Formats: sequence, C-alpha cells, structure tokens
Amino acid sequence: MADWTDAQRKTVASVWGQLDAEIGAHALARVLIVYPWTQRYFGSFGDLSTAAAILGNGKVAAHGKVVLQALEKGVKNVDAIKSTYTDLSRLHCLTLKVDPDNFRLLADCLTIVIATKLGAAFNPQVQATWQKFLSACVIALGSQYV
Amino acid sequence: MSLTKKDKKVVTAFWAKIAGDADEIGSDTLSRMLTVYPQTKTYFAHWPDLSPGSAPVREHGKRVMGGVALAVANIDDIFGGLLALSERHASELRVDPANFKLLFHNFLVVLANKYPNDFTPDVHVAVDKFLAQVALALSEKYR
Repeated sequence: MADWTDAQRKTVASVWGQLDAEIGAHALARVLIVYPWTQRYFGSFGDLSTAAAILGNGKVAAHGKVVLQALEKGVKNVDAIKSTYTDLSRLHCLTLKVDPDNFRLLADCLTIVIATKLGAAFNPQVQATWQKFLSACVIALGSQYV
Repeated sequence: MSLTKKDKKVVTAFWAKIAGDADEIGSDTLSRMLTVYPQTKTYFAHWPDLSPGSAPVREHGKRVMGGVALAVANIDDIFGGLLALSERHASELRVDPANFKLLFHNFLVVLANKYPNDFTPDVHVAVDKFLAQVALALSEKYR
C-alpha cells in the first residue's frame, strides 16, 4: 500500500505518543454531533439528543476508547495496515453494516481533535503525514466491503 | 442542511472572535491545503513559491478570508452575497468544486488548532454547515 519514509514513521509515532486516552471519545462525540445521521449506528447508546448528552454519554466514551485501541494497531503496523484491518473491515461490512463513508468522517474528526490538543506541533507537514496514515486506515477498513 | 437561527448566531459570534486573526488563519489554511492535498497545487503553478507561509500563499490566504468574511456578512443570503464570486469561480478560475471541501477541512483544522477551547463541538457543527453552504454558493454558477 503506502510507502513510508523514516521521517513519516517517526511523525506517526510522535503524534500517537502525544495523544491521551480521551482522544477517541472526543472524536467519536464530534462525529455524532457534527454528522448526526451517524447516530443511526448507536441506537443502544441511550441519550444522544443534544451535544451535552453526547459529550456526557458513558457508552460514547467507552466506544471511543475501543476505536482508539483499534487505531493503535495501525500505528504499530504502518507497513501492513491493510492486513491489520482485514477482520475489522469484514466486521463493519457484514455484521455492523456501517457505510464506509463514516470512516472518513471519523478520520476528519480525529484530525480536528488532535489539532486542538497538539497546538503548534501539529504543523502542515505533521498534518499531511498523519492524514496519510489515517487515509490508509480508512481505505483498509473499506477494503473488504462486498 | 440549511442554517438555523442558532447556527447563524454561533457562526457570527465565532467569526467576530477570530476576525482579527483572519490573515494568519488564511495563510495557515492555504499552507495546509497545499501540503496535505498536493494536487491542489495545480491551480497555483504560476506562483513563484508554494511553500507554507510564502508571500503568494499569505496574500491569497487574505483574499480567501475576505470571501469568508463576505459570506458571514451575508449569512442570511449566502447565495446572493457570493454571486459574483461564484461567477468568477465558474467562468474564470474553474476550480473543481471538490476542492472547496478540501480547503474548508483545513480551515476547520486551523480553527481547532488556534482556538482549541472556543472550537467546541457546537461551534464545529455550525461552522461546518456554514462552510458547506459557502461551497454550494461558490459552485452555484458552474452549470
């Protein structure tokens, strides 16, 4: 899939190293708030009726953690992102039946949340490399859709 | 996905907060777009320097922010307010409209980066909706 220079590998690792555990929760909350139609997948999560409810929702927070843990697999395996996410892709297609466009929305919200946290360190080059990594993850997650 | 009264209030208030930094925001937005989506450089091949923060990038960033300011000032009729700009983009500039969302994504990243405490999810959704309307208004005259 994608080719990585040493500098890019360092950048992905560095960005990852600066993220705290809540990033996933914040990103998922933003997806549900900014793109409310995504709430269709979370009918069992309880109250998602307002931004405040979403931000305070324990199930959203917990699921954000799950998403982040999955993302870590990609961070640790940048040379094998496609195979890393083969099973997750099948799961999202066959079982969860998630429209793969949602992966792009989540990636965008993750980038924006990271931008709020990293300040000047999230410069254009770092952003480009980080988005390259996320794009690879998004493509991998959509790769098993039939 | 039209703008509610609340959306317009939120956007107008947030713009008032950041308008003083418009030049810097514009430069940063454009720098990021050219770096993260290198295909967008094809529209600026006539510039001597496409690097982040270069003089042409800063100058053009200012111009783009002027367009955003115009849209905010005409938030009750964005299509009407941006008619001339749409004509320009349609007949003269002919920028593929798919690029508007690339530019606006980077605008959001800059806002998140510079105003982490103010760019709350509520502000994020209102600004995202506003920018979507601006993109539609800019492509209105394309065909």
